[in-house]
Amino acid sequence: MFGWSELIPALPELLVLAMACVVLVVGLYSTNKSGGGFIVFLSVLTMLFAIIITAKDHVATVEFSRQLLFNGTFIRDGFGDMLKIVVYILMIAVFFYAKQSLRTNQNVRGEYFALLLFATLGCMVMISGYNFISLYLGLELVALSSYALVAYSRTDIKGNEAAMKYFILGAMASGLFLYGVSLLYGATGTLQIDEMASAIARQDNDMLMVLGLIFVLVGIAFKLGAVPFHMWLPDVYQGAPIATTTFLSSAPKIAAFALAVRILSEGMENIFDYWQPMVASLAILSIIIGNIFALQQENLKRMFAYSTISHIGFMLLGFVGGADGVAASMFYMIVYLIMAVGGFGLIMLLSTKGIEAENISDFKGLNQRNGWYAFLMLLILFSMAGIPPLVGFFAKLYVLQAIIAQGYIWLAVTAVIFAVIGAFYYLRVVKVMYFDESETDQAIDVSFDVKAILSVNALAQLGLLVILPVLFQYCIYVTQSL
Amino acid sequence: MSLTLTHYLIFSTLLFMVSLTGIFANRRNILVVLMSLELLLLSVNTNFIAFSKFLGNVDGQVFVFFILTVAAAEAAIGLAILVMLFRNKKSLEVDDINELEG
Repeated sequence: MFGWSELIPALPELLVLAMACVVLVVGLYSTNKSGGGFIVFLSVLTMLFAIIITAKDHVATVEFSRQLLFNGTFIRDGFGDMLKIVVYILMIAVFFYAKQSLRTNQNVRGEYFALLLFATLGCMVMISGYNFISLYLGLELVALSSYALVAYSRTDIKGNEAAMKYFILGAMASGLFLYGVSLLYGATGTLQIDEMASAIARQDNDMLMVLGLIFVLVGIAFKLGAVPFHMWLPDVYQGAPIATTTFLSSAPKIAAFALAVRILSEGMENIFDYWQPMVASLAILSIIIGNIFALQQENLKRMFAYSTISHIGFMLLGFVGGADGVAASMFYMIVYLIMAVGGFGLIMLLSTKGIEAENISDFKGLNQRNGWYAFLMLLILFSMAGIPPLVGFFAKLYVLQAIIAQGYIWLAVTAVIFAVIGAFYYLRVVKVMYFDESETDQAIDVSFDVKAILSVNALAQLGLLVILPVLFQYCIYVTQSL
Repeated sequence: MSLTLTHYLIFSTLLFMVSLTGIFANRRNILVVLMSLELLLLSVNTNFIAFSKFLGNVDGQVFVFFILTVAAAEAAIGLAILVMLFRNKKSLEVDDINELEG
């Protein structure tokens, strides 16, 4: 059953695994003095090679053929390839920001980057898993690495608390997810996604199956941070070191999205009528609660956390809109995560040793201190708010188009109303940056590479406009092969 | 009287309820929460083994091995975080975890 040739499509995973181990060993020799430059170089190199291998595989199989490997537990398809490439690109930015932030805090240790690489591997397994066993293992690899990353600064009491809360709620979410999987296994007799889909098609209205579906959905909602399972998200985002917050807001969200697509759109396509109202209510609740709570935050990390919740709601809305909706969700997810990483990157930029620039007041008069960074932040905030020329607007537009095409006008109207309310808190930060007096004139001092990555990251809000139709068509293309 | 699938499912549901109660209703010690999390995974394992036996399919039992392994790793990380928290706070009361609110 198992041949060596099966390993070739899984080459990116093997590469990341091997390099994570190498970084773990090499990292022992990295100290605050050396600044960890070499391990960051190795990590970024790994991601670049992974991009090349995945892209090459992707182009070589033009028909987007689905390759099922390792007795069907692992799948390689266009959808997975595209999401993986997004994960690599986001991780490159995360590595640079993490390096900058750890250097500022004099807390450079090699295991941080090894853990980031292991978490990346977990995300890749989640994206490519086609059996509940491999999906679960990927999920846990991401989760366990993330708990350790949140607890990274050992003496920071807020970080400790955030880690404990994250651990308890995360482990419980995995438990609920597994409980749902066990019920689905009982109802269908298989753990394989495609076999489960055909088993579900044969039997309708099974109590056990619906119960399993509910638990699995709760697990996914927890991992994404959708209301009412969002309690951990603001606390963890606020308490974790900024480097970890940047990571948490990037790759794991893509992986959770892939998990949702694999399970809901592929495995449970035939009971769409059951999960569609549940997902719709998760989505609309997230948009409402996320935007309203974000209004009253003074802490920027917490504000971004609630804004993440509202964006996750918008993304989930796409699932309601059928096949086109999933493509729109995918596009939304990709565009939003680029903004989120950039936003946290700018908080990292203004932080100094031991003090994170996490309050909105820390951004006072940023325009006077450094006009370029203020402009980058402006682009990201406008894009998050969905103000027209930027990509954030088009991401929202595609999702709304997809759900209006399915006739959910009231959902679309509610989403738009709350998106407009949400624009307020983004604009408040812009006002603080441009029209308030600066309290400090400390120079912002970062290395050139971080500055370049950050600029590219923020300018992507404009740059992506050039390839916007192509990118969206491609999202539709790869989701069709699901 | 012989044991049927229903008996096993009732047993695992009870375990599930006990563990959720332990997580949410417990206001005393965080260690109890960690134990409840293990119990949650055990109820899942019971479910898997029962279904596996009555469906005549070994996939569920294989899954149980993986869950047991991951549960061990999870407990290790959970206890490590607990030790770190205790060093800084000198307390394991659930109600003392209140630095992050808003």
